[in-house]
Amino acid sequence: MTTVATRPPATAEKAPGKASRTARRRRWRRLTTPVALFALWEISSRTGVLPEEKLSPPSQVLRTGWRLAADGTLATHLLDSLTRAGAGLLIGVSLALILGSVAGLLRIGDDLVDPTVQMARMLPHLALVPLLIIWVGIGESLKITLVSLGVFFPMYFNIYAGIRDIDERLVEAARTCGLNALARIRHVILPGALPSLFLGLRLATGAAWLSLVVGETVATQSGIGFLMMEAREFSQTDVVLVGLFIYALLGLLSDQILRIAERRALTWRRGLRAT
Amino acid sequence: MAARTSGDVVTATGVRRTFGDAVVLDGVDLTIGAGEVVALLGGSGSGKTTLLRILAGLDPDATGDWRVSGSLAVVFQEHRLLPWKRVADNVALGVTGPDLRRRTGAALAEVGLAGRERAWPAELSGGQSQRVAVARALIREPDLLLLDEPFGALDALSRLRMQALFGRLRAQHGFAALLVTHDVDEALLLADRTLVLDGGRVVDDAPVPLSHPRAPDDPGFGPLRRRLLDRLGVPARS
Repeated sequence: MTTVATRPPATAEKAPGKASRTARRRRWRRLTTPVALFALWEISSRTGVLPEEKLSPPSQVLRTGWRLAADGTLATHLLDSLTRAGAGLLIGVSLALILGSVAGLLRIGDDLVDPTVQMARMLPHLALVPLLIIWVGIGESLKITLVSLGVFFPMYFNIYAGIRDIDERLVEAARTCGLNALARIRHVILPGALPSLFLGLRLATGAAWLSLVVGETVATQSGIGFLMMEAREFSQTDVVLVGLFIYALLGLLSDQILRIAERRALTWRRGLRAT
Repeated sequence: MAARTSGDVVTATGVRRTFGDAVVLDGVDLTIGAGEVVALLGGSGSGKTTLLRILAGLDPDATGDWRVSGSLAVVFQEHRLLPWKRVADNVALGVTGPDLRRRTGAALAEVGLAGRERAWPAELSGGQSQRVAVARALIREPDLLLLDEPFGALDALSRLRMQALFGRLRAQHGFAALLVTHDVDEALLLADRTLVLDGGRVVDDAPVPLSHPRAPDDPGFGPLRRRLLDRLGVPARS
């Protein structure tokens, strides 16, 4: 399993004061480069090296962001984007859960479902936009379909792999403890697949934002993507950048939330990491 | 199904199991009486574990007649604890009934792990994990305990302690057991009877006429040991 989230165990136990001081100093040091880049950007804009119509200075982006937030524009568009992402995630994850479980748990499901999904994976789902427009039109259903498709594949593969990777010996032990198939799923397979499920969910959320970005550039009247496309027409680079940062922030936030949920749900792994 | 015969917990006749062309078990007959500890010896690949798995109900492809009467619990070579369940929940897995918490605590106390209910399996040593696996078997109050080289993966000291523990538990609970092992000393220390499996058949069936508690330096241990090693095809010296 490749969990990106696991940091090496902190060696804070021996000398907590000293270790935390070093950690703090490192955190500040890591901030240096981004801060320097922002400063460079601001100065280049102020001195006219970066023309305003190509890239607005960070201060201007902040001000525009504040203005859009204050007059409620940002909230309306954000809500629309979030609704699309949420609906797409819900559909994509549910489908992946059903098909992934069927393929992972049942041999016949494995034969009927998995090869087809493996083949479908080869199609880049964002390239389906022209076809999707013909099928579902250019309205909300296009955006939601696109997000669902983006979400489905990473989710499906991780559920499938999560179930498949479960140690068969544990399932056997559960059988000798008298657990029937349903109880084995509940006590062995579901918790065993949970780490992969979380990994899938994090990848899926990333894919959801990406699909949303593309979806919202196609004939939209609302959403962060619309905000950016509209701003592009008038060369408002500050608004484009605000949208960009909102997307980044959304990605960061959702990943953090999932990480916290993961840590809560997988307390038993802490012991594993320590040994 | 035939009526239960004279308190035997296991009766098996003509058990056969093949993997492709390889015949692993070629008509094994086996009976284990109530409260009897039988050690099953044999070289690696002789089918010891296969026979145990068949009796545990984990092998749907075996043929022949066998029945296990009464309740059954298995201890594997690896502890096979669920890493996402705390020790107490592992022990109580699949057990229902009143007073479960007390029974779990009692089973853990019996294996020397009182108070470790809330620990995660990952926090335990190999020997402790195997003790939990024994507790998980004990709480089921089995008529028959199937043990597949249960102490084979432990260090020498832990193994001696676990063998002593097994002796105590057996005296207290009176379960029957089938102990798969490749350790002749272990078989002679713990079992009432030894079976040697070779070429897919039971080629030797001998009682262990020693009184408990036993030690490898008891008189009478040596000859039995030499005889068993001989049966296992090991030139007996030492």
